Amino acid sequence: MFGYIVRRLIAAFLVIVATSVIVFALFFYGPSNPGQVVCMATSPQCPAQRVHDYNESLGYYDPVTQQYAVWAKGLFTGRDIKFGGTSYECPAPCLGISYYTRQPVTELMKERFPATLSLAIGATMIFFPLGVVLGSLAARKRGTATDRMLVGSSLVIYSIPYYLLALLSYLYLVIIWGVFPQPEYNPFTQNPWLWFTGLILPWLVLGLATSTSYARFSRGSMVESLNEDYVRTAKAKGLSQRTVVVKHGLRAAIVPVITILGLDFATLLAGTVFTEYIFGIQGIGRQALDSIQDQNFPVISATVLIAASFVVLANLVVDILYSVIDPRVRLT
Amino acid sequence: MSSPVEDITRPASDEPFLVVDDLTVKFPTADGLVQAVTGLSYTVEMGKTLGIVGESGSGKSVSSMAVVGLHDAKRTHISGSIRVGGTEIIGLSEQRMRRLRGNEVAMIFQDALAALHPFYRVGNQLAEAYLAHHPDASKRDANDKAVAMLDRVGIPQPDQRARDYPHQFSGGMRQRAMIAMALINDPKLLFADEPTTALDVTVQAQILDLLQDLQRDFGSAIVFITHDLGVIAEMADDVLVMYGGRAVEFGTCKAVMSKPQMPYTWGLLESIPELESDPGTRLLPIPGTPPSLLHPPTGCPFHPRCRFTGDVPGDLCERELPDLVPGVEGAGHLRRCHLRNPAETLANAAEKREV
Repeated sequence: MFGYIVRRLIAAFLVIVATSVIVFALFFYGPSNPGQVVCMATSPQCPAQRVHDYNESLGYYDPVTQQYAVWAKGLFTGRDIKFGGTSYECPAPCLGISYYTRQPVTELMKERFPATLSLAIGATMIFFPLGVVLGSLAARKRGTATDRMLVGSSLVIYSIPYYLLALLSYLYLVIIWGVFPQPEYNPFTQNPWLWFTGLILPWLVLGLATSTSYARFSRGSMVESLNEDYVRTAKAKGLSQRTVVVKHGLRAAIVPVITILGLDFATLLAGTVFTEYIFGIQGIGRQALDSIQDQNFPVISATVLIAASFVVLANLVVDILYSVIDPRVRLT
Repeated sequence: MSSPVEDITRPASDEPFLVVDDLTVKFPTADGLVQAVTGLSYTVEMGKTLGIVGESGSGKSVSSMAVVGLHDAKRTHISGSIRVGGTEIIGLSEQRMRRLRGNEVAMIFQDALAALHPFYRVGNQLAEAYLAHHPDASKRDANDKAVAMLDRVGIPQPDQRARDYPHQFSGGMRQRAMIAMALINDPKLLFADEPTTALDVTVQAQILDLLQDLQRDFGSAIVFITHDLGVIAEMADDVLVMYGGRAVEFGTCKAVMSKPQMPYTWGLLESIPELESDPGTRLLPIPGTPPSLLHPPTGCPFHPRCRFTGDVPGDLCERELPDLVPGVEGAGHLRRCHLRNPAETLANAAEKREV
């Protein structure tokens, strides 16, 4: 088990390195000019000489491999980054300095991450139980009106583009009817109630929209497991319907659903772009989108790197969970 | 504890413990109504074993599922009567049915690897069956009972093996555990649905011995479902042969095996290799395929595959369903066949083959 985790962590590290190389390559072989971006951020007039100076100080004219080495070393030791004549300190783990605010990107990430984490956790608390319960219910009532209604309505919600659903909810529930307060992020540690009320609508919208695919997935998995011989055995023992369905059916049916949950949760942590943008939550998804528009490369690369790390870690956690749930799975 | 009406252990009358009377099971499918079992009647006494033989789709499993109440109640249409210890169980509420299941009536399934839950320890699964019908028992009692049952079915070091998962057991051990689970509440009636089909021959013999031993100790009635006539010959007191959802022959094991009265039973017997026969002898398969239950053949369901329709005057076999009636052998041996004296016809045919 321990050896397995160590091996997986090494593999995870390699995946993250590969991702960072690809991001670097995309940036440098694409049409990029960081000096221009940095210069435009400070003044509207940018003579070629100033752009050149900025690029020079950022090391843009060095070979790509050397730049990558400097960047990677900074992750572990920290480094100083020069913008023209000014030097900025970027402590480890250094992900670069924002071309605009001149803050270390690590700081920006730390600032923005709690909002995204809150969104992800709250939405998951809604879509996972809701999806699994509705899916199991549909599976148990397979072929009946209840089943058709559940499958049909989940399909309807699923077919509406998510941004449209989120925009309309915002328009009606906040602006027109005022059922919900203006969504915003307040740190949980400062005021748990404001944290809750500010995020409740984004949670509901994101949770409900995501729950439809979980309902359909759980339904399929549950239909399969309820047809298994061991569920018939459980019935033959004279166990109550509830025990048969939950303890024997659902326990087996939930395994594949957890795989999807792991990956989805990682994706949510990497930023829920639409949700953050539409509801005005200052999370890392919104930041990433802004950075792409602004060509703020250090922030983009940091977001990709963090996203990759989450996905890889989530995979590892899911595999370990597998071995806990299913005794037949041995991690070797 | 329970009211007298629900106490099915009392000697209700002198009728046998299990009485199935004119049982018909139908279920709708996308292609139409499947008539899985038609007009099936049989009885089993305490301490006796009834063997039900037939090929896949003959209705042998479906009829036993109905007795244990494991059919899908919403999709299945059942008519007729099933009495267990005097209690009519068709139309019984789900709750009362549940009290019966695993308690008075237990079931051993074919593939123990699939029939045991992969995520729970074997001992845990046995204890669960005990607790389901002994709600006042402690978990500890239930575990002790589980270990004792594993010991009883011949699993070595039962206290340790109880903590294993099903996949850590060998095939024979798993089937033993399955049997232990079925017997943990001392059922009076045991359905064994092809319990040895997935096992190799030596293990199969051990399991059959075990079942016979246990039956002697517990005195339960057993319904043994199989397509293997060799197993039936060893286990059963009476034999019921099913074809196309109907009983086609019924009698004592000895009578049915030695003097089959129905060409289908004869065909089954002829298709088994004999130990003493000449190794060059060809087996005689039954031609054709099992009948469709959606569109059953007219007349005798076996007539499209029967070699002896020519011995029956006219097209009686195609037109008319023969009744299940006693033949020349006596009242205890029933057959569904138009042949005047099937035993003789079949014996002649067998002799002709041997010459």
